Amino acid sequence: MTKQTFRSFASVLAVSASLFGTQVFAKSDITIALQLEPPHLDPTSAAAQAIDSVVYTNIFEGLTRFMGDGSVVPGLAEGWEISDDGKVYTFKLHDGVTFHDGTTMDAEDVKFSLDRARSEDSANAQKALFAGIENIEVVDPLTVKVTLSEPNGNFLFNLAWGDAVIVAPESIEGIKTNPVGTGAFTFGEWVQGDSITLNRNPEYWGDRPALETATFKFISDPTAAFAAMMAEDIDVFDNFPAPENLPQFEADPRFQVLVGSTEGETILSTNNKMPPFDDIQVRQALAHAIDRQAIIDGAMFGYGTPIGTHFAPHNPAYVDLTGNSAYDPQKAAKMLADAGYADGFETTLHLPPPSYARRGGEIVAAQLAEVGITANIVNVEWAQWLESVFKGKDFGLTIVSHTEPMDIGIYARPDYYFQYDSTDFQALMDTLNSTTDPEERTRLLGEAQRLIADDYVNGYLFQLAKLGVAKAGVRGLWENAPTAAIDLTQISWSE
Amino acid sequence: MRFLPIFWFHRCWTGSACAPNVASMLRYALKRLISLVISLAVASVVIFAVIEVAPGDPASFMLGVNAQEDTLAALRAELGLDVSKLQRYFNWVGGMMVGDFGTSYTYRTPVSQMIADRLWVSLPLALYALTLSTAIAFPVGIYAAARRGKPGDLTVMGATQLGIAVPNFWFAMMLVLVFAINLRWFNAGGFVGWDKGLWAGLHSLTLPAIALALPQAAILARVMRSSLLDILGEDFMRTARAKGLSRRQALWRHGVRNALIPVLTIIGLQFSFLLAGSIIIEQVFYLPGLGRLVFQAISARDLIVVESVVMLLVFAVITVNFLVDLAYAAVDPRLRSRT
Repeated sequence: MTKQTFRSFASVLAVSASLFGTQVFAKSDITIALQLEPPHLDPTSAAAQAIDSVVYTNIFEGLTRFMGDGSVVPGLAEGWEISDDGKVYTFKLHDGVTFHDGTTMDAEDVKFSLDRARSEDSANAQKALFAGIENIEVVDPLTVKVTLSEPNGNFLFNLAWGDAVIVAPESIEGIKTNPVGTGAFTFGEWVQGDSITLNRNPEYWGDRPALETATFKFISDPTAAFAAMMAEDIDVFDNFPAPENLPQFEADPRFQVLVGSTEGETILSTNNKMPPFDDIQVRQALAHAIDRQAIIDGAMFGYGTPIGTHFAPHNPAYVDLTGNSAYDPQKAAKMLADAGYADGFETTLHLPPPSYARRGGEIVAAQLAEVGITANIVNVEWAQWLESVFKGKDFGLTIVSHTEPMDIGIYARPDYYFQYDSTDFQALMDTLNSTTDPEERTRLLGEAQRLIADDYVNGYLFQLAKLGVAKAGVRGLWENAPTAAIDLTQISWSE
Repeated sequence: MRFLPIFWFHRCWTGSACAPNVASMLRYALKRLISLVISLAVASVVIFAVIEVAPGDPASFMLGVNAQEDTLAALRAELGLDVSKLQRYFNWVGGMMVGDFGTSYTYRTPVSQMIADRLWVSLPLALYALTLSTAIAFPVGIYAAARRGKPGDLTVMGATQLGIAVPNFWFAMMLVLVFAINLRWFNAGGFVGWDKGLWAGLHSLTLPAIALALPQAAILARVMRSSLLDILGEDFMRTARAKGLSRRQALWRHGVRNALIPVLTIIGLQFSFLLAGSIIIEQVFYLPGLGRLVFQAISARDLIVVESVVMLLVFAVITVNFLVDLAYAAVDPRLRSRT
């Protein structure tokens, strides 16, 4: 049967169904594909983004939460008061919130969750988020007072992370395989290697979501991802792994393509302590040798926004500094000669598995060769990358997308793998952390962006795009990814 | 030479005395058993060494780039990674002896449970593919042998050559394109689970089974054909014809039966290949099988899972070989004295 006859056959069926008075209800189930399967379902003890994709705001909620546009809004906390010195946060909790096992969510649970995250034997992958907490006090069942050692303008933002969700002592034991949260969806079933099912929580304290069930499927192979979408086996593919296929989906009325931005600054990380990269002139030459648009076109099929510093372009505080390191191979070659490398030099370029790195790396290496730098490509697995590059600092160059939101603070850590050690920048970050005035923060963030761009710490390539594919009828998907999440509470099917 | 025993089978079947000498058989079995144990011990050392030598700390992988040193240490202690490698090796081997394969680093569930779950996909898939490949190969091989040198035979030989040359994942992609995307007869991948019924389960395994079966069927059909041609030249075939059987009768009554032995050997080998080697097909069809488990575990540095699954597969292959050796020895007394 050809596609055409099949379609007409199907439409005849549909017409006869409506003649017989069958009503068509809006679908209330959805199948969403992710590239990676979560290792377990505890967002407070692992870095895997796939965990947040499944559980964030669906099963687990924090005191505050991210919205699709990146803003931070109240979550389990109805509201809060901040003391004048910026050190004491008093949170008022929503009344009548229960965990999925029927126990009440109250101030004790908040204290338990935050204490657990910052404790000595905590397995929290973002323990630094909680470092400034000095004391947590239960005032009454619906009021919690958190005291910080010093003011932290980012505190409410930090609490919105998946690593800061509220869990209960009663159910913490089984959290990895049977997560019990306060969210609008309860954990249903996990067929390991295949799928995870969530069901609507009838007792949910907030607005009732449109979806009744959601199934997450795990498809890592790009070809399989394309086939599964085309065969309409799945309704949504979050972060579609094959950008080369997107035009085909765009042209097909059955589908919609969502192009947004992630928090991923994709950079050519440079080992600032390893000669010749300890010379700012060499790093500047490197920056001018790179043609960002060619990398975006060649490696990402045109998806991605050029960046000139380590900051997300969709953030209001972003400063466009791409002009600071405009593509100019002649200038790059001259600067290299001035620095004493007229004949170029040899270095390594470590590439982790994602295609932005592997494909992008080939292009970067070719561009560097144009100015005389020989970058020997070393392909590595993530575990190897963490071991040799991130921990061992045994690399010249590497390409990585830094996907944590608002992570410019990593430049204040001299032992961080690219080893940028600037007292000016460290002082600036200290000032920023203790500043709560939004306008002043924006100014300081701009200054920080300029500082690292002027020091040419790393080669700044592009902001990683978020490429989603979905059936045409799906509404309420996040276009951007301020954090890894698929907010099921907002998703519905149009008629 | 594995094919040698065919003739002994044949002679046994045609009635000459071949009662096995029990004592020599037992001695032989014991020797083979000792060599099996040594092979397993060596395999366990090699597997452990190779996997542990690869760089990458499971704890850092799980906690990512922002993890603090004390957090990493806490996780390592929790996973049992804080003891020496030698100690870990003995813990692992000791556990396996009593059926405890350890606990997955990433999933935090018992590895034996994970393997059992995945076998419910991989084992039926391997059996399904094997059934299909046999069902295709037998008639095709017999047909080709019966028409040796004629156009029908040449077509089969050409087609099977192609079948061997083309990798199974390419077949997989073509099958998906035609039967899942265009015709919509099947899902493009995934496994619905046996709790949805036998038919639904088989339905979702059909495309992967065909993709796995086609190259295997091509190999098997060629083996069937050449084995049958060998038999057709045997004296007893001439005798059968002389007794007055038609070509066709002789082929079916005496030829096919005797040609089966090398074919069965190949089928045995193919089964272990299908069980252990369907990693790519399981990726293409995103099936929750053993191959995909190993694939995921390797990239997540879930060392205990990789080690245990590989060890289990080695155990399966070595055991199958052991049984095959015993079977050969049972029919060929000469093999017993040789080792």
